[in-house]
Amino acid sequence: MTGRMTRPVLAACLTVLVLLALVPLLESNYLIDLFNEIMIYALFALSLNVIIGYSGNVSFGHAAYFAIGGYTMAILLTTYEWSLLPAFAAAVAFSFACSAVVAYFCTRLTDIYFAMLTLAFSMLVWGVAFKWRSMTGGDDGFVGVDVPAFIAERVPFYYFSLVVIATAVAVLWVICHSAFGRALLAVRENPVRAGFVGINTRLMRWWAFVVAGTFAGIAGSLFAMVHRGMYTESAFWPESATVLIMTLLGGMYSFFGPAIGAASLFLLERLTNEYTEYWPLVLGTILLAILMFLPEGLAGLAQAVRRQILRGR
Amino acid sequence: MAQLEARNLHTSYGLSRVLFGVSFEVEQGSCIALIGRNGVGKTTTMRSLIGLTPPSEGEVVWEGRQIAGLAPHTVAKLGIGFVPEDRRIFPELTVWENLDIARRPAEPGRQAWGEDEVFDLFPDLKDIQSRAGGVLSGGQQQMLTIARSLMGNPRLLLLDEPSEGLAPRVVETLRERVRTLKESGLSIVLAEQNLGFVLALSDMCHIMEKGEIVYSGTPDHLRENRDVLDRHLTL
Repeated sequence: MTGRMTRPVLAACLTVLVLLALVPLLESNYLIDLFNEIMIYALFALSLNVIIGYSGNVSFGHAAYFAIGGYTMAILLTTYEWSLLPAFAAAVAFSFACSAVVAYFCTRLTDIYFAMLTLAFSMLVWGVAFKWRSMTGGDDGFVGVDVPAFIAERVPFYYFSLVVIATAVAVLWVICHSAFGRALLAVRENPVRAGFVGINTRLMRWWAFVVAGTFAGIAGSLFAMVHRGMYTESAFWPESATVLIMTLLGGMYSFFGPAIGAASLFLLERLTNEYTEYWPLVLGTILLAILMFLPEGLAGLAQAVRRQILRGR
Repeated sequence: MAQLEARNLHTSYGLSRVLFGVSFEVEQGSCIALIGRNGVGKTTTMRSLIGLTPPSEGEVVWEGRQIAGLAPHTVAKLGIGFVPEDRRIFPELTVWENLDIARRPAEPGRQAWGEDEVFDLFPDLKDIQSRAGGVLSGGQQQMLTIARSLMGNPRLLLLDEPSEGLAPRVVETLRERVRTLKESGLSIVLAEQNLGFVLALSDMCHIMEKGEIVYSGTPDHLRENRDVLDRHLTL
């Protein structure tokens, strides 16, 4: 989890990036939309992991910042007819501000109390989206987002999304592998130890929350554009649970694990829905399997397999 | 004026009171030792100083400033380093990362500790800097914990039972390292049961019993009065 980017990791990242860039060549609208959404959820899950994997707290309300980013983007682009850059900057800034305020309260608590408070705040956000009908469209959703003309088509938007997400992930990687990231790991491993080493544990956890909220906001604002709309479901607690499961499935002790988890869960949901309507049943089974057999997720499994192979050689 | 002054510290864990009015002073650059059997309050005294278990009564005056009740990270930033008994390294982080998280600039005009200086003092650590903290031997972990506190450029070091559980040869090395630190002008508060260690390093010894200091004297004085040691330290 720590250390510099090794050659194989860098190579894998570049390969994934190239493959993603080639997706539009398949000329399938279905696949373009699918991969666009997977990328968005990957960023969403990676952002949540700053709280879970790095600072060692569990948030049950991360969807709130995804929704805040999304609604801000939708409203500014459409209702107020802002152009793309200011709207995007404002959506990111507003996600930052909201998570900063919520983090102030949540980081006073730890463990289950922290988790419950994040849930409470996310329900507040959901309540605002649900009730403020004139602004958000309430439970009909905010339909018809004005996406700027130059990225209104599917393929240009896909590349726009790819560039934004790749940049965001790169920035997140640098943050998580900086001195700040190491200090967070120290806090996760033992807050008491970190304290007398001179680390202000509450401030560190505050920053982790704010970084996570801000990047979730970026993912949300792209989501609003790809769907041309924003819906209250995005702020509701099952959405927070979904991204949490993605993170656990991928592996919270690995930087890229949550992205793998997001892709796997998303694809699995699509596939399952082709055959049966009992997706929640499948989801429950997956969750059970992770908790019982794969506590470190798919990334942990991959590492264990790799170690086994290296030992066999 | 003393650099650090503990005045009449009373500390309890919940309902159980552990310290009953502990007072002592540490002069700049000196080493004082807290000696006593297990459970007499040596560790609690240290925890009271660093803020992990704030005293319910009494004062801690550090360089003229009252610091009792401040958060541990604040106390650490004010220049007091803590090396706890159980060698609390971060097992998931590498040796270098363990050092890096504690890095803080020194006051202007003072000798600054960075990894180069730390590796000069503990050459063993240099060779294993990319190894995870969790796989180190006990002696290496102890060196790493001390090295880590030095990275924060403290002016006083609280060392809680540094020799505990280490092989005699490692204890000897450690003693020489601590002596080097003392000679560099760092003040040290040492809690120990190993008398050889204490007598070799300290300028003043305080023997603790049942949460109180029952005897204070120089190492020379203690050497001449073995009966004091027999009375307070043998089981």
